[in-house]
Amino acid sequence: MSNPAPSAPLITPGLVALDLAGGDRDAVTRSLIDLLLAEGRITDADGFHADVRAREAQMATGMPGGVGLPHARSAHVTVPSLAVGRVPAGVDFGAPDGDATLVFLIAAPTEGDSDHLKILASLARRLVHESFRDSLRTAPDATTVAEIVTREVAPR
Amino acid sequence: MKFVAVTSCPTGIAHTYMAAEALEQAGRAAGHEVTVETQGSAGADTIDPQAIADADGVIFAADLEVKDKSRFSGKPTVDVGVKKAVHDAPGVIAQAVAAVEAGVPAGAAATAAATASQAPAGPATKVDANASVGNRVRQWLMTGISYMIPFVAAGGILIALSFMLAQVAWDEEGAVEVTKVPVETIIEGFDLTSLQHWSVLLLAIGGVAFGFLVAVLAGFIAYAIADRPGLVPGFVGGAIAVTVGAGFLGGLVAGFIGGLLALWISRWKVPRGVRGIMPVVVIPLLSTFVTGLLMFVVLGRPLAALMDGLTDWLSSLSGSNLVLLGALLGLMMGFDLGGPVNKVAYTFAVTGLATEGLASDATQYRIMAAVMAAGMVAPLAMALATVVRSKLFTRAERENGKAAWLLGASFISEGAIPFAAVDPLRVLPASMVGSAVTGGLVMAFDSTLRAPHGGIWVAPLIGNPVLFVLAVIIGTVVTAAVVIGLKSIGSNSAVDAERAADAAAADQTPTTTTTAVAG
Repeated sequence: MSNPAPSAPLITPGLVALDLAGGDRDAVTRSLIDLLLAEGRITDADGFHADVRAREAQMATGMPGGVGLPHARSAHVTVPSLAVGRVPAGVDFGAPDGDATLVFLIAAPTEGDSDHLKILASLARRLVHESFRDSLRTAPDATTVAEIVTREVAPR
Repeated sequence: MKFVAVTSCPTGIAHTYMAAEALEQAGRAAGHEVTVETQGSAGADTIDPQAIADADGVIFAADLEVKDKSRFSGKPTVDVGVKKAVHDAPGVIAQAVAAVEAGVPAGAAATAAATASQAPAGPATKVDANASVGNRVRQWLMTGISYMIPFVAAGGILIALSFMLAQVAWDEEGAVEVTKVPVETIIEGFDLTSLQHWSVLLLAIGGVAFGFLVAVLAGFIAYAIADRPGLVPGFVGGAIAVTVGAGFLGGLVAGFIGGLLALWISRWKVPRGVRGIMPVVVIPLLSTFVTGLLMFVVLGRPLAALMDGLTDWLSSLSGSNLVLLGALLGLMMGFDLGGPVNKVAYTFAVTGLATEGLASDATQYRIMAAVMAAGMVAPLAMALATVVRSKLFTRAERENGKAAWLLGASFISEGAIPFAAVDPLRVLPASMVGSAVTGGLVMAFDSTLRAPHGGIWVAPLIGNPVLFVLAVIIGTVVTAAVVIGLKSIGSNSAVDAERAADAAAADQTPTTTTTAVAG
């Protein structure tokens, strides 16, 4: 616990969408990008979206277990952030085992301080755990989702 | 097992860490220790060099060039994309386990460093994975021999001590008497005050140690080739070589067959469910069965036929020129040092001893003298050669040379096996020439022998002992001279390799200790 907590939390209830409509991965990603813009986490939705698309084009970010993980380091990001969307209808993120029903959009600034980057690293490590993903899938509301993430990625 | 891994991805914020976590989790679940270096945007938390040194294998789940890759060189390595580690970490771990078991390293490493780094995982081998095919064959062989030498020395010296003690414990025929006492005698009632019992005990222990000789040679050749899965086919094949009377040459064959089979099977592509039981069940089972089949069926019968043929041929020669017969028997004694040809000559001589009512200068006694004298030559000559031209021999050979004096004097031809196995094409011809000279000379000197074994310790049973010893000395000098001559021609790979390794080690010692592996 020696690291000071970063000024802005990685996620707020405003960055959680519990019931996103399906569609293609571009549309779902855009919905989450709009949340980031609304919360003041990014300066340019189109610019950030282009960066995410460029990353997605390198290698699809779908993971086994119904998870999509669009992400980018971008000059348009002001605060390291995570937006979470639940997509009951599913959306294709190129995973081998089918559509993603849980989408994490990670936004990282190009020059983040190391504390922020460590939190993102910690988040990525949590994502591998099925229990963590399940707790987000079953959380009753946006506040709970934000709380779970914040608790789990806290420096330990 | 212990693994070290490096993960990286283009963005450096997500997959790098997911892969790291997934590998650690999957490793833990499979009972392995995985230490991961994440080369991502949060900075690389560099792996402790000691952890790399201790690791059995390396996993690269990296989409970017691994930083300071040379740190990991010389270890069995699997190289997969970061995505594979995220999607199927257990599969990557299984792949890494298979790579370690198959011993497939990547990158370069000095022999000394590789040996040091492998030491915590199991018995060291002399194998440098990047060596040429010829060098690797030699390194496999050297590994087997280096583990066999202590068995030769311990077993041989115990037997020699038994003969020496028996001379005191009985009368002058002690070395013969001691072999007639069944081992049950000392099991049922060991008498601490009986020198006879002590000499029987020494002989029994030495005999058991000698029984391992060929099996250990074959077992560790196979181990060097295929790592742990090679041990069973190697050991079992070596023991079968003894059973069918194929001697150390049969052991060499068994070691290579067993090791290469195990290595080949370990590289089969198998379903993941089977992969887990490959190293403990499937590989040893299949490779041992096939090795055993080949040794018993393919090698066993021709070998038995060969021995029968040689025996018949020797019997037909009995009436001819005795000096030539002595030279021929000597040649056979020196040919395979306890192997089938040696055994035919020896058995031929010993069988003759059993003839009833022999005169004291009977041909049978002269044949026995020729055979024993010839059988003493090879180890004595190797001992002499290591003293006269130590530069032509490896450290292990020079050490073994010291024991070879006693083994040769005691008519334990096996003392020369470590030399012959390293360099058979030079040592065996030399051994045959010198042994033939001795065999012929003993016949010419009319020397006789009434004991089937015992070497110098049965001197009282030797007729014309001074000339007998002279014949042994002449043959020893001849063999030593020939082996020195032959070893001076062409390259002496085993010695050159050791010298190079020494030089490399000497360069490293001043600056590095535990981190030598990083080089």
